[in-house]
Amino acid sequence: MCHQSVGLIQAAIESVGIATTSVSVCEEITLQVGPPRCLYTTFPFGYPLGRPRDPVIQRRVILEALELLGDRGPPPVARHACVR
Amino acid sequence: MARILDLSLKHQLFVRTYKFRKLSPSPWTAFSGALSGSRVALVTTAAFYLEGQVPFDDAMKGGDTSYRALRIREADGVLAAALESVQIGHRSSAFDAAGIEADYNLALPVERFLELEREGVIGRLHDEALSFMGSITAPGRLVKKTAPEAAARLKAAQVDVAFLTPV
Repeated sequence: MCHQSVGLIQAAIESVGIATTSVSVCEEITLQVGPPRCLYTTFPFGYPLGRPRDPVIQRRVILEALELLGDRGPPPVARHACVR
Repeated sequence: MARILDLSLKHQLFVRTYKFRKLSPSPWTAFSGALSGSRVALVTTAAFYLEGQVPFDDAMKGGDTSYRALRIREADGVLAAALESVQIGHRSSAFDAAGIEADYNLALPVERFLELEREGVIGRLHDEALSFMGSITAPGRLVKKTAPEAAARLKAAQVDVAFLTPV
């Protein structure tokens, strides 16, 4: 249910004029919510940014998710992460 | 990529029959500024909270829709000491919590964003992160009250971008 909650919170934040981007580990669930911007990663539930104590992977996921901010839309904007 | 089939049978049955809230249309704010000049806030549904804060209510029917504001940095860009003892109050058994127990950056990447701030990739990491417990099956109050309140809090703090992570 975390993925639905993220999408709904994300929508509220966009509604006040703040751009958002998010990460999802489960495309099947996120597609049913449709958040404005989302990066699909390849990691298991509980590991949205990759691996614990792996700053290199975490950073790469973050930068890919931030890149979505440059997309002009329309929403939902979603992309699969290159980092694995 | 995690799949619904990766969940326990109990959770699979729930997810397969649950009616998710589809955002239609999805709200949209175009980002026209430069990230290097932007204030970025972190938002997670990992149910992190700090010592001294009220824990999330893991018995609340439909899920606890409240949030905790976490002071994550000191003014000089140093990690807040309180993060060393960050607590996890998530009630869901649908995910493996070992990762975020070992490294909160996995869902609340404070250290990564402070690095990006030092490098000039982002303008500033907002002092405060917001933490929800994502295990919410009845999200009416989240949609009507607590998420808009959280959004207003970020707006009042002149946040430009929010980065969100589930678990």
